[in-house]
Amino acid sequence: MYQMISDDNPYETPMMIFPASHYTMGGIWVDYELQTSVKGLFAIGECNFSDHGANRLGASALMQGLADGYFVLPYTMQNYLSDQIKVARSTFDTSHPEFDKAEADVRARIQRLMDIKGTKSPDEIHKRLGHVMWNLVGMGRTLQGLVKAIDEIEEVRKEFYNDLRVVGKADDLNTELEKALRLEDFLVIARMMAIDALNRNESCGAHFREEYQTADGEAARRDDQYMYVSCWKYTGDNVKPILIKEPLNYEAIKVQTRNYKS
Amino acid sequence: MEHNISVNLKIWRQRGPKEKGQFVNYKLDNVSTGSSFLEMLDMLNQQLVERGEEPVVFDSDCREGICGMCSLYINGHPHGPVQGITTCQLHMRKFNDGDTITIEPWRSAAFPVIRDLMVDRNAFDKIQQAGGYVSFNCGGAPDANATPISKEVADTAMDSATCIGCGACVAACKNGSAMLFVSAKVSQFALLPQGQVERKRRARAMVRKMDELGFGNCTNTGACAAECPKNIPLSNIARLNREFINAKCSE
Ligand code: SF4
Ligand code: FES
Repeated sequence: MYQMISDDNPYETPMMIFPASHYTMGGIWVDYELQTSVKGLFAIGECNFSDHGANRLGASALMQGLADGYFVLPYTMQNYLSDQIKVARSTFDTSHPEFDKAEADVRARIQRLMDIKGTKSPDEIHKRLGHVMWNLVGMGRTLQGLVKAIDEIEEVRKEFYNDLRVVGKADDLNTELEKALRLEDFLVIARMMAIDALNRNESCGAHFREEYQTADGEAARRDDQYMYVSCWKYTGDNVKPILIKEPLNYEAIKVQTRNYKS
Repeated sequence: MEHNISVNLKIWRQRGPKEKGQFVNYKLDNVSTGSSFLEMLDMLNQQLVERGEEPVVFDSDCREGICGMCSLYINGHPHGPVQGITTCQLHMRKFNDGDTITIEPWRSAAFPVIRDLMVDRNAFDKIQQAGGYVSFNCGGAPDANATPISKEVADTAMDSATCIGCGACVAACKNGSAMLFVSAKVSQFALLPQGQVERKRRARAMVRKMDELGFGNCTNTGACAAECPKNIPLSNIARLNREFINAKCSE
């Protein structure tokens, strides 16, 4: 496989290896039943934040998909559905004002992007956002870097809303529009990730703040201050999300630091 | 080492399922031989967008050979001229400066073109839904040694399970048959204890669904196995035939 990608035979030429981020930790907030803060909406598998803690290995996403799908959801969703039994089936249609509003919102969102008529493709802006995230919100993070990242993400956001170009039509199969819509979401998430990383003045799991390391370069956690899950409440694209702390209380295990050395 | 080449692309463009398509020629310069085939297409699309033209629509997702989305017919081969890889794993170093590269969508009645190089492979999902699963309550984890499975059986099942449902087998087949895909999916369960309960029902249901969706019959040509990016062997088809006959006889 390595040879297929790099065209070098690793038995003869040493492999070129460097660390890269493969994953981001966290995800959609859910309760123990895997229900999101929107009642009736469940989020399972790797899109939710529930199982992996501050770090995860590649295959644990598969585990999470299987565990959520096999063991959790079949039992917890029934709790929700059992209350719905009283709702008359005849009301299950799309004639509710909420549907009309949702549809109108999506149409307005699409039209807004189509109307920008700038010069940059979604891919170009996406790459720019990617660079900011890779350089400043990647594996090693610092206070200055994160402050800078938030500014730069804001710059990219401005570029997006002022200079985006979506070719083609909105009511067609339009992959450029699809990319633009995704990118619009990424901008919100990118900003939130930077704000979150800035808030957490410790190193923990995959979050390595360079200021917080032990003498031999290992992650230094600060359990006295950060023993909580940071949940960020969305209140609008341009508004700072609100931090809700969920304390981590361990009853059955003793909190330790992983140590590969002794 | 890496260097830049120029290529002439002959790409199938088709606005929609009902519309007539045609080949359109594009010339692309400064393509790094280190870039992947799909990165080359991204580059083309970027240039098209800069000129205000609509980009070439194609499917891709993982870009690491595991999802089966990148269904491109390149120079007469599904997933390109290199054996045992998907389109996304193909690199431009396999091409020479000045080459003309022909890119088409999968061509099969069961996979209608949605737009340009993007096809609708929903038929595979329907076959899977007809029986490509096991439905039993997992319960607690059983003892690992309670049900011994020989290494040979485990390996064969695993090999069958590597099918990524890309559809190259159908695209390569002159009959548009989905036998290699269906046989891989049936085999991966038929070989293992978990698959026994629904074994016969599965073989019947998946074959029935395959026939119903307009896939052709197998004439043992073997183009499918030759073009399969995961090297799924023809022996799976033999196994499927056996499974199916068995299931039919005991109906
Ligand atoms: S058998 Fe091979 S070619 Fe056919 S769908 Fe599976 S991986 Fe693709
Ligand atoms: S893009 Fe996933 S297999 Fe090619």
